[in-house]
Amino acid sequence: MSESLPMAGATTQVNAIGLSKNDYRGNPTTLCQGCGHNSIANQIITACYEANIVPEKIVKFSGIGCSSKSPTYFLNRSFGFNSLHGRMPSLATGALFGDYRLKGLGVSGDGDSASIGMGQFKHAMRRNINMVYIVENNGVYGLTKGQFSATADQGLELKKQGTNLYLPVDICMEALASRASFVARLFAGNAKQVKEVLKAALAHNGIAVLDIISPCVTFNNQESSYYSYSFGKEKEDPLHDISFHAASEGPQSTISYVPPRPEITLEADMIDGEIREVKLHDGSAIILKALDKDYDPTNRLEAMRVLEDAHANNYLVTGLIYVAPESPSLTDLYNLVETPLNRLKEKDLRPAPETIQKINDLMF
Amino acid sequence: MTQRIVNDFSITVGTANGSGSSTANNTILRALFKMGIPVSGKNLFPSNIQGLPTWYTIRVNGEGFTARRETHEIMVAMNPASFARDLADVAPGGAFFYADDIKLPINRTDISIYPMPVKQLVRSNPDIPANLRDLVANMVYVGILAQMIGIDITKIEQALKFHFKNKEKPVSLNMSMVKAGAEWATANLTKSDPFYVEPMNKTEGLIMADGNTAAALGSIYGGVQFAGWYPITPASSLAEALNEYLPQLRQTQDGKNTFAVVQAEDELAAIGMCVGAGWAGLRAMTSTSGPGMSLMTEYAGLAYFAEVPLVIWDVQRMGPSTGLPTRTSQGDVAFVANMGHGDIDSLILLPGSISECFEFGWRAFDIAERLQTPVYVLSDLDFGMNQWMSTPFQYPDVPMDRGKVLWEEDLERIKGDWGRYRDVDGDGIPYRTLPGNTHPLSAYFTRGTGHTPEARYSEEPDVWVVKMERLKKKYQTAKKYLPRSIVRQTEGARFGIIAYGSTDPAVEEARARLEREHGLKSDYLRLRALPFTSEVSEFIAAHERVYVVEMNRDGQLQQLLSIKHPEHATRLIPVAYSDGLPPTAKWIWSAILEQEEK
Repeated sequence: MSESLPMAGATTQVNAIGLSKNDYRGNPTTLCQGCGHNSIANQIITACYEANIVPEKIVKFSGIGCSSKSPTYFLNRSFGFNSLHGRMPSLATGALFGDYRLKGLGVSGDGDSASIGMGQFKHAMRRNINMVYIVENNGVYGLTKGQFSATADQGLELKKQGTNLYLPVDICMEALASRASFVARLFAGNAKQVKEVLKAALAHNGIAVLDIISPCVTFNNQESSYYSYSFGKEKEDPLHDISFHAASEGPQSTISYVPPRPEITLEADMIDGEIREVKLHDGSAIILKALDKDYDPTNRLEAMRVLEDAHANNYLVTGLIYVAPESPSLTDLYNLVETPLNRLKEKDLRPAPETIQKINDLMF
Repeated sequence: MTQRIVNDFSITVGTANGSGSSTANNTILRALFKMGIPVSGKNLFPSNIQGLPTWYTIRVNGEGFTARRETHEIMVAMNPASFARDLADVAPGGAFFYADDIKLPINRTDISIYPMPVKQLVRSNPDIPANLRDLVANMVYVGILAQMIGIDITKIEQALKFHFKNKEKPVSLNMSMVKAGAEWATANLTKSDPFYVEPMNKTEGLIMADGNTAAALGSIYGGVQFAGWYPITPASSLAEALNEYLPQLRQTQDGKNTFAVVQAEDELAAIGMCVGAGWAGLRAMTSTSGPGMSLMTEYAGLAYFAEVPLVIWDVQRMGPSTGLPTRTSQGDVAFVANMGHGDIDSLILLPGSISECFEFGWRAFDIAERLQTPVYVLSDLDFGMNQWMSTPFQYPDVPMDRGKVLWEEDLERIKGDWGRYRDVDGDGIPYRTLPGNTHPLSAYFTRGTGHTPEARYSEEPDVWVVKMERLKKKYQTAKKYLPRSIVRQTEGARFGIIAYGSTDPAVEEARARLEREHGLKSDYLRLRALPFTSEVSEFIAAHERVYVVEMNRDGQLQQLLSIKHPEHATRLIPVAYSDGLPPTAKWIWSAILEQEEK
C-alpha cells in the first residue's frame, strides 16, 4: 500500500541504494504557501535521499497541529502514526520497542511539545529514545487560527489575542535540562544547515532534538517577531558551518546503506579556520567549522551559556548546540533478543508447558 | 461452656498500618489453608504508609463459603487507636484478645476476654534484636491464637518457611515468638469461648494467590512483550509481578529478554507506549485503576478508532475521583463500556476467580490481536490485593492467535494489493502490517482522523459512515471470540441472579442460604464479558425476575443490560451496594429476600 502520487517529469537519478528522490516523497502539502514547515519537509526528503536511508527503516510520528500534519508530506514508504496532541513521545517510545533497528522521525510543534506535551517531551529526553524529534517552532497555534503558544515572545501582539504576558519556553534549554543527547537549533530559512543536521540526527543513536524556527506566514510573521523570516534572516548567528560525513568504517548504521569510501576529505573552503570533528556511534562524523570562534558542542554548560547569551542579546543562535555521541539509547538498556520483538513467534513468547507446575508450586 | 463451633467463624486482627502485621496475618491464613480448611483473608487497609488503623479479616468455613463475613467472632486488638471500636465489634459470645500494654476500659461481659503480654514476651526473649521487636511482636498473637483455637503449629512453621523462602534465621526467630505465645497461653489462659479449627481435606490440590499475581502470570503465558505502567493502588502489584516473573519465565537461553517493561511518567504515557507497541505488533498491556483509567481515556479512544490491539487491566477501586484508594468496588463498568468520546464500544472481560485472572491474562491478548482493538479486563482490589484459594493455573489450551498480520511474503503473494482498513473477509476485521516490514508497499499512515479503507485522510461523509459501520460489525464479530457466561441452574428456581467478578463467593453463599433457610431457589448467570452474548438475553427471558448483583451505587451493569435489552428491562432488579468493603453474602440475600417477600 502506498500513498505516492506519480510525479510529472521526476528525475530518474538514483542514490547508492538505487532509490530516486520520488521514493522519499510524500503527498502534496496542505499547509499555507510559504510555511516554514514545507521547506523542512523538503529537506527531510533530500537528507534521506542523500544519506541513502532505507525508507522502511524510518517510522514517522507526530502529535496534533500544523506541524504534525507534515509527516504525510515526506517518506510515503515509511510507516507513520499521527497520534494525539502532545502524546507523540509515549507512542514512539512503545512503537520503537517493536523493532529496535528502526529509527523514529517525529515532527511536533511548539504547541504540541511546549504546552500540552511538555511532560512527555521531557521524559522522552531522559529515556533517550532512538528518534529525531523535530519541533517546528513558530510561536503560535496555526491550526486553531492564531493563539499564543508557550514559545511566543513576551509582549507579542496578535489579532484577537491582545498582548502575550508570559515568558517564552526555550525548547533547546528544556531539552538540555532533561539531558537530551543531541540538541540543535536551526532556522527553516537556512536549508543547507537543516539538511546536514538532519543527516547527523538520523545517524545519532538516541534522541536528537531539532528546534527549528519555522515561520508561520499567516499568523506570526511580523518583522518584530523572533519567529519571522525577516528576524531569522537578519539575526541568525550560526555557531559553525556543519557538514555530515557518513561512516567509512566502524559499526555501520542499521537504517542506511553506507558505500565504501576513502577517509573523510574536507572541501577546500572547510579547511580554512578551525575544524572540529564529532564522531557518532556508527562511525559517521559531524564536521564543524568554526566561524567567529571555536565552539565545543559536547559541553552542556557551554550549550546553556550560548542559549542564554542569544536571549540576552536578541539574536537567533543556530547550529549543533549539544551532542553526547556515546549515550546508549533506550532499547540498548533492555537487553533485548537479537530478533526484533515483533518478529518473535509463539515458541519464543509462551513459556514451556512444564513451567506451569513450578509456578503453581510457588503459589502456597 | 456452650457447644463447640468448629471451622465456621471469622478472625479479625486490628493493628496499626505499617506495624508489620501482614506477615503474621498471612501466616495464620496459610496455616489454616494447609490444615485443609477453606479460608479467605481480606486486608481492610487505609490509604497510608504508617500509623492509621488497619484490619485483616480471616474467614474459615468448612462448607467452603469464603466471602467476607460481616461479624467478627474472634478479634485480636493490637492497636490502641482502634481498641474501643474493635471491642464493640466483637460478636456476642465471641472472643477478644488484646495486647495488655493497652490500658483502656473493657466494658463487655458477653464475650471472652484474653489479655496478651505481647511486649513482655518479646523483651524476655534475648535472641530478638531491639530493632526487630515490633515486627516479631505480632507473632505472639499468632502463637496465642494457635493455642487457643487449635491451629497446627507445624503448619505455621510451614507457612513461615514459605514466607521467608526457607531462610533459617527469620523462620526460627519468628517461630520462637509463636512458641512463646503458645506456651504462655497454655500456662495462663483458660478457654471460655466456643471457637475451634479442626483439620479437613478441603483445600487439597488448591493454590493460594492474589489476582494481580495471577493476572501477571497469565499475561506472561499469553506472551506479553511490552508493559507500560504507572504506580497506583491497587494495581501496582500487577506490574511488579511482571517484573518479578518475566525474567524467570521469558528470557532466552543466553539470557536475553523477549519483553520490555517501562514505568511511565503518568498513565497518559503508560497507555501511549502500549498503543505504540501494540501498533508495532507487540503484545502490549497496561494495568491501572479508576483515576488512571480516566487519564487513559484519550488514548483508548484513539486505539479503538485506529484499531490498535492492547490489553488494559483495570483493578477497580472506589471512585469517583480519588475516592477510597484502598477500598474495592465495581464502579467502572459503565464508564469502561463507553470509554471515550464519540461512538465507542468496548470489549470487556470480567474474571470471576483467581484462576480466571490468570486465564483472561493470556486470552485477552488473543482477543485484542484478533479484533485489533483494546481489550479491558476488569478486576478489583479484593481480587488484586488479597490472597484467595484457587484451582491451579492451567496452561493455555489453545495456540496463540496473532490475528490478521501481513509480512513480506504475504505482500509478495498478493502483489502488494492491500488496504489497511479494507474489510476483505466481511467480518469487519481488516489486515495490518507492522513497522519493520521491508516490503516497499507495506507502509501505511495511521491517524485518529477520518480515513478511507486505504488509510488515506478523508472527511467524506460516506467514508466516515462506512468506517463506523464496519467498527460496529467488528463489535458483533467479537462475540464469537469472547468467553461465554457461566450459568448455574437449579430445578424449580424462582428467579435469576446475574453477577460478575469478585462477588461470586458471596452470591453462591447467598443462593445457598436463600434456598436452605427460605426455600428460595435461584438460577445464576455469572457474566464474563461484554458485549453481551446470546445466553445473557436468553437467561433474562427465562426468568420473571433477575437480580443484578454488583458493587456500585447505581446498578451500572443492570443499566447496561437495560439499554441493550430494553424488551427485558422491567425484569431486571438492581442489587447494588458499595461501601468499599468486599461484599458479604448477607447484603445479597437480605436484599433479594426483601424483594421476594414483597
